[in-house]
Amino acid sequence: MSGDIVVIAEHRDGAILDPTYELLGRARSLAAASGGEAIAVLLGSGVAGLAGSLGAAARVIVVDGPGLASFSPTAYQAALVPLVREREPALVLIANSGSGMDVAAGLSAALDLPLAAYAIDLTIDAGGPLATCQLYAGKIQAKVRFAGGRGIVTAVAGSFPAEAGMGPGSPVIETVAPAATDDRIRFVDLLRPEAGDVDITRESVLVSVGRGIGEQENIELVEALAAALGGAVSSSRPIADLGWLPRTRQGGKSGLKVKPRVYLALGISGAPEHLEGMRGAELIIAVNSDARAPIFSVAHYGVVADLLDVVPALTARVGG
Amino acid sequence: MDYVVLLKQVPDLAEELEIDADGTGLDREWLSFVASEWDEYALEEALLLRDQGHGGTVTCLALGVETGDVDELLATCLARGADRVIKVGSFEAPPDSHTAAAAFADALAHVHYDLILTGVQAIDDLDGQVGPLLATRLDLPHVSVVTHIALAHHHTTVTVHQEYAGGIVAEFEATLPAVLGVQTSRETPRYAPVSRIRQLMKTATIEAMAGGGGAGSGLVIEAMAIPETGSTAEMISGNPQAIAERIAAILSERGIGTAVAR
Amino acid sequence: MSRDLPIIKVDQTFELAQAVVDGVDISGHWNRMFSDRSVTEYPTEAMDWVTSLDGGESLRDCYQCGKCVPVCPVNHVGDYGPRKLNAKVLRGNNLLDDPDLWLCTTCGNCYRVCPKEVNPLRIMPAIREQAVLEGKVPDELSEAFRNLQKSGNPHGHSPRKRADWIAGADVPVPLISELGRPVDVLWYVSDYTSYHARGQDAARAMARILTALEVDFAILGNEERSDADSARLAGETGLFEMLAEKNIESFRKYEFKRLVVMDPHAYNAFRNFYPKLGWEGEVLHYTQFLAPLIDRIEFRSRVELDVTYHDPCYLGRNNDEFDAPRRLLEAIPGVRLTEMPHNKANGYCCGGGGGGMWLDGFVADHVSERLSERRVREAVATVGADGTGVLSVACPYEPSRFEDAVKSTGNDGRIVVRDIVELIDQAMQPPAH
Ligand SMILES: Cc1cc2nc3c(=O)[nH]c(=O)nc-3n(C[C@H](O)[C@H](O)[C@H](O)COP(=O)(O)OP(=O)(O)OC[C@H]3O[C@@H](n4cnc5c(N)ncnc54)[C@H](O)[C@@H]3O)c2cc1C
Ligand code: SF4
Ligand code: SF4
Repeated sequence: MSGDIVVIAEHRDGAILDPTYELLGRARSLAAASGGEAIAVLLGSGVAGLAGSLGAAARVIVVDGPGLASFSPTAYQAALVPLVREREPALVLIANSGSGMDVAAGLSAALDLPLAAYAIDLTIDAGGPLATCQLYAGKIQAKVRFAGGRGIVTAVAGSFPAEAGMGPGSPVIETVAPAATDDRIRFVDLLRPEAGDVDITRESVLVSVGRGIGEQENIELVEALAAALGGAVSSSRPIADLGWLPRTRQGGKSGLKVKPRVYLALGISGAPEHLEGMRGAELIIAVNSDARAPIFSVAHYGVVADLLDVVPALTARVGG
Repeated sequence: MDYVVLLKQVPDLAEELEIDADGTGLDREWLSFVASEWDEYALEEALLLRDQGHGGTVTCLALGVETGDVDELLATCLARGADRVIKVGSFEAPPDSHTAAAAFADALAHVHYDLILTGVQAIDDLDGQVGPLLATRLDLPHVSVVTHIALAHHHTTVTVHQEYAGGIVAEFEATLPAVLGVQTSRETPRYAPVSRIRQLMKTATIEAMAGGGGAGSGLVIEAMAIPETGSTAEMISGNPQAIAERIAAILSERGIGTAVAR
Repeated sequence: MSRDLPIIKVDQTFELAQAVVDGVDISGHWNRMFSDRSVTEYPTEAMDWVTSLDGGESLRDCYQCGKCVPVCPVNHVGDYGPRKLNAKVLRGNNLLDDPDLWLCTTCGNCYRVCPKEVNPLRIMPAIREQAVLEGKVPDELSEAFRNLQKSGNPHGHSPRKRADWIAGADVPVPLISELGRPVDVLWYVSDYTSYHARGQDAARAMARILTALEVDFAILGNEERSDADSARLAGETGLFEMLAEKNIESFRKYEFKRLVVMDPHAYNAFRNFYPKLGWEGEVLHYTQFLAPLIDRIEFRSRVELDVTYHDPCYLGRNNDEFDAPRRLLEAIPGVRLTEMPHNKANGYCCGGGGGGMWLDGFVADHVSERLSERRVREAVATVGADGTGVLSVACPYEPSRFEDAVKSTGNDGRIVVRDIVELIDQAMQPPAH
């Protein structure tokens, strides 16, 4: 076994995705602790050029083959199993994304390597790697180790700073052909959401407005904020009743149940019927001019202020 | 087309979770159990596929765990329209995903299937998701986070969507048999009327099959903890710019709206 | 349903030229009725099916007189009407896929005036049960069903927390399991009173009143389950029975003289349906229990309020209790009670009954206004002119519905919504200044 820390890089549209940089940043510090290298594995077809954006790695292994032109669970698994078996890294780090879930659990079963899923922290100490994993929708955190000291970790996006994995550098670049192929799953197409076609139950960031928004024209302000945050606008019932937003944007008892990663409640009082639909959100930030609004009893962060002041400032800050 | 759906019960998060005396597991005394949300989506999709012209049977499998009520879970599957239900193995407590996958693989040696569906994940999957673990054991292709399933007429392939962050979706064609981890069903899982469940609990046949043993997750749980959240909101004050600054920082800690320059 | 229907065709008008019965000549046009003719050319199978259901029978009796139309609250806000139900079914629509199936709140006002005793309180649950069995349930409603099934309350809150409201009551509220002795009153607290923030205010007020009256009482705590009467009316009979079995088990476990309930729906269930399931006992709505004791309450302040009272359908019209709540209100010093135009037997439904509480979004798509909003306007017109109005209620569904409607109709500051126990409790406190 080596002390190497392998990161499986995820890329789309010719760019490395942020979660990969998060992992790479962490892999560097872990590799320092384990006495190995931070290795990025980049699978694709004609992707050698992308290796340059993985400067934070000590080594980039480019697995290049026509069958890897787009992500496919079987093609990735077939290519990765022999590679990981041969290199015996201490850890394989994978983002907990749609494709990451497939790759990680598939490798775990194929290589008989333990898998720690939904990690939000990962360190190495005298006892070996130690992962902190979320369980029960984040209500519990478990600290786990690998029985044999080696394993696979899938990490929740946002667990580590991406900046640490973005530095420039001159990694060793190795290009190999996939040792095996498996085309039982074939990529067909990449579909992008159409504008306006929003399913608030699927959004990970919701900017939600209530009657505190005051006027219909102010909806534009929250639309701008949602765009800047890469999320969507949802609402309490009165806003849907007024027709300021479609009924499909209403959260709550008689609307939709939402569980986004972040829920910004702007000018929403927090009636039980509203809370029923959104209290499962991972992080709730409430802005309300009334310090006694019940929304503050479920919010993790609260702001007593006029939303018409806070929203434009926040939009400007996050780069709208 | 024969469909197999794998289901399980998980602790109901409406109850407050507590850590046991060892500090490495849940205190089970007060737990109540409910069907895992994503497994219900998987069942709904299987029923819809069967009923929307593809025919065949839907067989539901669940592990025979002593916590919760597997019989009720399986009777509920029948009440929703499953054709056959099987309880696999016997476990004192819900096993880890690797053990569960091994048990299901044992049982599936005796069940015919073209498509296996299960929830993309469950809230207690510490060692990964059962779908891909099982698929690899059975040497089947698998796709996780599936949001759309369409079978080809010839029933040898299935077209599915895999969902990524930001609503981007990849379309795949998979050769059958395959395993799918279902993220959502096109319709809300149908309600299973209590009168029918109660009737079925008395009359229905729940088959039993052996399975399991020996796999293990290879993880050692050192400690479990309830993260501190503070029962009241942490208040942010200041002028709008200062407030915006703080909120932006909180968000970027979670990788959202990152002002990360590239 | 695709059997061949025996539609009888009228191929000729059969009219006797002359008819003599018992020596009396009764010739005339009317006697064409003696001929074989179908009443309608519409298929009869939908009507046959509905009337074959236990509870569906009376739909056939409707003779389209239309008396029900002006009294049906849902008719005021949309196309729905009880008379139309009969007409639709006659035309072959079995209602299973018709939104009308879910619009009736089972308020019972049409039944009150119907000369033919066509009874939606029995028809609706019967057809809805079939819809439920076929899986044709609006999502919101099935969510409430699921919650009831899983946690014994429609909100999906932990059953363990059912008695958490006790914390703010400032008086001891004994759990019957801990008392270990018989009590006079077993107080059934109900769902919204236990879990909804505004319901809890009423629970706490009630606890203080019972304590002040030195009533020997206790509650079931987490052994209490929903009465699920609204789930029954929404068609989930099995769920109603399952929860009833659990409640009956708890009722049997302990000794008490009478059951006092906060929720008229629970009152309806315990009084009219639990006997069929094997439990019988004295059941009182809290207004009925407190009314005879009102003289023993020591009021310490005058409230000085213009109050109107909303009769809950399942206390008033459907269970005939109009006086007890009014006696209580009139006894509170400083309450000036004014009736709304729709009162007592003609009381106006809030829209929450018969499952309406869990169909808000669904119903909103088929009506022009919520019933709670219409009722609030009526209340404002009655007592809200000068901004001190109180809409008093005696059902725990009401504060959430009406307070929401006060906001949505723009009547903030004109009227407040108070349970009668809250008003009693308020007058029992020393004057505020
Ligand atoms: C059966 C039933 C079902 C229901 N279903 C739902 C549902 O699905 N979803 C839902 O949302 N509601 C539902 N409701 C309605 C619910 O009871 C509340 O009425 C509703 O949620 C209130 O919406 P709100 O918070 O936007 O408005 P309000 O309660 O009026 O709150 C507005 C808030 O904005 C604040 N505010 C005002 N101006 C500003 C400003 N400039 N800056 C910052 N804050 C400001 C105020 O302090 C106040 O707290 C339901 C009600 C019933 C009875
Ligand atoms: S019971 Fe009430 S809501 Fe239903 S039809 Fe009759 S009057 Fe209308
Ligand atoms: S009052 Fe009775 S008989 Fe008359 S139309 Fe209405 S339901 Fe029919």
